[in-house]
Amino acid sequence: MRITQHPILGKRDKQQYVKIICDGQPIEAIAGEPIAAALMAAGKTIFRYTRKKKDPRGVFCAIGQCTECMMTVDGIPNVRTCITPVQDGMNVQTQHGLGQVKANP
Amino acid sequence: MNHVELAIIGAGPAGLSAAIEAASVGVQTIVFDENQQAGGQLFKQIHKFFGSRAHQAGARGIDIGKNLLGQVAASGAEIKLDTVVWGIFEGNKVGVVTNGRNVICKADRILLATGASENVLAFPGWTLPGVMGAGAIQTMVNVHRVLPGKRVLMIGSGNVGLIVSYQLLQAGAEVVALVEAMDRIGGYAVHASKIKRAGTPILIRHTIKEAVGNGKVEQATIVQLNDNGNVIEGTERTLDVDVICMACGLSPLAELAWLAGCRFTDVAPLGGLLPVHDDNMQTSLPGMYVAGDIAGIEEASTAIEEGRLAGIAIAESLGYLTTTDATVKKQAVNDRSEQLRDGPFGITRREAKETLIRRSLET
Repeated sequence: MRITQHPILGKRDKQQYVKIICDGQPIEAIAGEPIAAALMAAGKTIFRYTRKKKDPRGVFCAIGQCTECMMTVDGIPNVRTCITPVQDGMNVQTQHGLGQVKANP
Repeated sequence: MNHVELAIIGAGPAGLSAAIEAASVGVQTIVFDENQQAGGQLFKQIHKFFGSRAHQAGARGIDIGKNLLGQVAASGAEIKLDTVVWGIFEGNKVGVVTNGRNVICKADRILLATGASENVLAFPGWTLPGVMGAGAIQTMVNVHRVLPGKRVLMIGSGNVGLIVSYQLLQAGAEVVALVEAMDRIGGYAVHASKIKRAGTPILIRHTIKEAVGNGKVEQATIVQLNDNGNVIEGTERTLDVDVICMACGLSPLAELAWLAGCRFTDVAPLGGLLPVHDDNMQTSLPGMYVAGDIAGIEEASTAIEEGRLAGIAIAESLGYLTTTDATVKKQAVNDRSEQLRDGPFGITRREAKETLIRRSLET
């Protein structure tokens, strides 16, 4: 959920929007924001499932330290979505386990 | 970048303040930071700083951050962002990855200003999506302007827990309750009053027992504690929440100091094991300095003063300041630090800091 009005920060400056694809669904994102912010704004909570127990994980630290929010982005697994900015047309997938590394993604 | 007079690791309030002091008198200075923006956590601090009579009270963290960045630009120091320092080796060699390349940078002086990491509380269900650190909430809400949920349980009543609760309320979320395991509120009464007035109950001698939900947090069970900190059976209460925020304190981010071989000591009121430093902020290793939360968990305002002190001492040691000039500058910084470490909250930190400095003299 996006915060449109804020008592301290005021209204947001005019933003440029881009589209990313998450698990096949188009999601509107603000240019320059991290993938995790766009997904959280769209209501996504599960970013990946752990390898052994298949437990769901989501954003925990939001500053690139804990690696809980890793997803497969444009074919590259284990991308820290909280510190990776969105790009128009980016393909983001919920990651299962460690993800698959391809030679030429 | 193979040689620099001063390498500063961390572009938060301490690192930036040191850069300003050192570079403005001529020290060739580079600040490394792994983030894409300089300023550390300052740009998440939308509340007014206070609690001290010293300067900057009344200013918001975001404005203090902007001001520091302006001063750095004027000082001539260089900031290298998106740059990870991964090791420190004998002879003050700094291992740096920048633009995807590994570089070894020899530095005449090194300042570690790496800050702190959040403490977490492990309870059944704590890995569920929706359980987040207070820093993560601040990043999402105050920087990216995204609300992670609607109904929040806050754990911890230190200033971070209190302030982040208020920021969540400001952003339109409901803070259902704040639990605190101690028998008193940890932070300033003025922050606590604000959220109490907004209707959030602060439950002392309470903690979280577990979080449950299908794929994400849906409920949290809280429980009362007795005076020994043990759970009182039968006092469980279940709250409908979609976010559980942990504000359980900070620990110094001191890996690089450990790697370098700095001598450590345990000073509990400042966050536990810390590299010892003298009254110039120099560690047990000649030429290696610390400032900010790595030198003891305090506040952004104290980090700024410690950074300045380190910057002045480093400039002096490299011959850019005379002893007389440096002494005057250091005295001004120490006077301000003393004001910041005043009052019922500050005095414990001041005494702990004196202990830390005293221990640096022991061999």
